[in-house]
Amino acid sequence: MSAVLQVNGLEVSVRGERGERIKIVDNVSFAASKGEVLALIGESGSGKTTIALALMGYARRGCTVSGGEILIGDTDVLALSRAELFGFRGNRVSYVSQSAAAAFNPSKTIMDQVIESAVLHRLSSKTEARAKAIKIFESLALPNPETIGNQYPHQVSGGQLQRLMAAMALMSDPEVLVLDEPTTALDVTTQIEVLRSFKKVVADSGITAVYVSHDLSVVAQMADQIVVLKNGTVREAGATMQVLDAPSDEYTRSLMAAAKSIVRVQPQSLDASDVSPAKPLLELRGVTAGFGKTDRDGMPRFRVLHAVELSLERGSTLGIIGESGCGKSTLARTIAGLHPAAAGSVCLDGETLAPHLSRRTREQLRRVQIVFQNADTALNPAQTVEQVLGRPLAFYHGLSADAARKRIARLLEQVKLPANIAPRRCAELSGGQKQRINLARALAADPDIILCDEVTSALDTVVGAAILDLIAELRRELDVAFVFISHDISAVRSVCDDILVLYAGRTVEIGKRDNFTGGPGHPYTDLLISSVPELRQGWLEETHAKTVAEPNSSLPGNGDLCAFLDRCPVRQVGTCDKTPPPRLTHGNGNEVLCHLGQTKA
Amino acid sequence: MTRIQGSGWVGLLLVLMWLLVALFGPMLAHYEVGAIVAPDVFERMGGAHFLGSDYLGRDVLSRLMNGARFTVGLSFGAALLASASGASLALFSAISGRWIDETVSRLMDALISIPGKILALVIVAAFGSSMLLLLLIAAISYMPGAFRIARSLAVNLNQMDYVQVARARGEGRVHIAIFEILPNMIHPLLADFGLRFVFVVLLLSGLSFLGLGVQPPDADLGSLVRENISGLSEAAPAIIAPAMAIATLTIGVNLLIDSLASGGRSVTDEAQR
Ligand SMILES: Nc1ncnc2c1ncn2[C@@H]1O[C@H](COP(=O)(O)OP(=O)(O)OP(=O)(O)O)[C@@H](O)[C@H]1O
Ligand code: SF4
Ligand SMILES: [Mg+2]
Repeated sequence: MSAVLQVNGLEVSVRGERGERIKIVDNVSFAASKGEVLALIGESGSGKTTIALALMGYARRGCTVSGGEILIGDTDVLALSRAELFGFRGNRVSYVSQSAAAAFNPSKTIMDQVIESAVLHRLSSKTEARAKAIKIFESLALPNPETIGNQYPHQVSGGQLQRLMAAMALMSDPEVLVLDEPTTALDVTTQIEVLRSFKKVVADSGITAVYVSHDLSVVAQMADQIVVLKNGTVREAGATMQVLDAPSDEYTRSLMAAAKSIVRVQPQSLDASDVSPAKPLLELRGVTAGFGKTDRDGMPRFRVLHAVELSLERGSTLGIIGESGCGKSTLARTIAGLHPAAAGSVCLDGETLAPHLSRRTREQLRRVQIVFQNADTALNPAQTVEQVLGRPLAFYHGLSADAARKRIARLLEQVKLPANIAPRRCAELSGGQKQRINLARALAADPDIILCDEVTSALDTVVGAAILDLIAELRRELDVAFVFISHDISAVRSVCDDILVLYAGRTVEIGKRDNFTGGPGHPYTDLLISSVPELRQGWLEETHAKTVAEPNSSLPGNGDLCAFLDRCPVRQVGTCDKTPPPRLTHGNGNEVLCHLGQTKA
Repeated sequence: MTRIQGSGWVGLLLVLMWLLVALFGPMLAHYEVGAIVAPDVFERMGGAHFLGSDYLGRDVLSRLMNGARFTVGLSFGAALLASASGASLALFSAISGRWIDETVSRLMDALISIPGKILALVIVAAFGSSMLLLLLIAAISYMPGAFRIARSLAVNLNQMDYVQVARARGEGRVHIAIFEILPNMIHPLLADFGLRFVFVVLLLSGLSFLGLGVQPPDADLGSLVRENISGLSEAAPAIIAPAMAIATLTIGVNLLIDSLASGGRSVTDEAQR
């Protein structure tokens, strides 16, 4: 079988500060035949997207393709003229990017945009193009294929938009489809649907696909061949089976180790001396919060959190998990006092904290520290590491400059950074280093609780795994309790004692970590757990992650009924849509907000 | 810290040159400002008068050297005053409560709606023309613009996570404004300052044209262009020289500032990512 896509010795370079050439992609070769899916995998900065763009005959500003050849069929992409490229891109090679939301024009209907390119390239008439688009929508398992095109981009969900973008790319029957991290921005429960439909469409159309991703587990589901990249060079390449079962390269093995979910902490064993059934360190009772104007009862117009309850023991870790927009960040901000609760109370050591931080004492503020998701924006780029860490030391502990310097050195050691990083400006640090400084700043206050909001989400798997190791170690060494917020259940499982599942601002399940391994709990928890890709081929076909393709919004949306009702695969007509779900304690000790346990019991 | 690169050096050189001219020009000038010394009007370059003579037969080079200090000094002072007061007010307003913010913003909107030249006309008519008054007029006219830009910067920075962290730590507003927000506003504000400098140069020459600016026989660079406008058809150096002077001065200032501002580009980019 001859290769549809062949890349030989590709080299891309940029101009350095002094005008010298720096190769960012060096001697990369691979080939894929018809119907094959080839995966490019590597961390950020490894050159994945640069290669993907080169396949389209495109180099980002400042980059030049300085060597090698790219053959698609018999065409040498790099030899094409500008005019030839116009007919070539989006025609014989199509591209699907990470952020579909940014690729669609919000003011035009989806159908107009999907057929735009086909009509522009004069491949078909409008009516033909429409008919074809509807067929593609169908094959991508989009709901209501006939009518979804009439909607505007903001009216469909993120996962649907990603598939619609793929539909746009497929309109021209390209020979090669380039998918650049197409599911990275999606929740796991959405990702699985998108993966399924991509896989189906590739199999149906016999297209050759290049799948770019940093997630080995996802790639294991999609690819026939894997090319592992690091710093612009190929570290390992081979059939998926072989790369996964017998990786020959050190770096591949470290990627695989980072993808495995390991338990990094053991449950705190209660010392005999620790018998006092003391009040929990942190306790939330009926915390309700939201946005918008407040009504007469002091309730905000858009409620994000609905009577959330939780308690956290000294030195333990509580994981909070849920999909994007379910209110995780709002919960952390409410605890920190950045977003005052509208009702309910936040208690620290039995002492009720004022809802707004301006009413809290400095001591109370010191004991609860917050670490934000995005390390890039959480550190003031104009300050040095020393200034960032020195401020809380001076502010809370009034340390002298000399004492502060010593403490900063200790803090840097604790987060495993070299001491010589202190005078550097934050803007110059890498993502992982920034996140460590972020943690160090929280530690500088000697807090009782650290609220970590998605601290690993913006990082590469390997770097993220190192941060998880660090958190686990800090927990062991210091007597600090963590609230660990994430949308990634394997990260949560690896560092937490207890897990709280948040859905639409409600606690739907809470319990010990070990109970979150797939046993029947709340239907949403089950869906969440079974949607996390496993690092083996064939998982996508086997997983029983049942999804209700389309939220059934015709169901009555009563505020007290189960919030998961419209997506629940096991909802019970007559019960779930009539009465609010009860909070039940299951056999394993988990508290679950669902009717289901009741009927079984 | 910030490094000057490439075209920034050109800018620095031009700015330094004009600073020197502004400081020492009057001392070095060969002729009196108002003295009519040439036999003919709009003389060519070279000969007794290096840059020729103007529409009354005065020495252009001397007038230029005398005029530079008005343009450089007044424009620089006024632009600095406008940018500094606008930025301070913006910071204050962004970290204060909604009421203060609203009041200050509406006040600035009102100020922006008064055309600078008309305001200047009224004030000069009432108080007579003086250097200090010109400086204040120019500063007041361009302050609201600086305020608007600085406020939108401050409001955005106010939402950054590191400001939230500082707030969660319990820091006071003043600390947040000065240590967390201000350092990240400096570079865009510098670029804005360059723009404002050019505007002030234009406003001053406009005022001089109306007879409200620098009073004759002195003249700033802008008025030198205006008064010699009739020499345009003969391409007299009397009009080209001051025009070039304004161009090199404003381009120099902007090149220098752009290079300063882009020296910190990595910072702003990081912040926006
Ligand atoms: N300033 C705001 N005004 C109005 N609504 C907001 C605002 N900030 C957040 N929301 C809404 O509140 C809800 C919860 O947001 P929150 O940031 O807590 O979600 P999250 O669970 O942290 O999501 P993610 O995983 O994407 O970080 C979302 O529906 C969001 O649209
Ligand atoms: S209450 Fe009913 S609809 Fe809600 S999760 Fe349980 S079974 Fe599903
Ligand atoms: Mg969040």
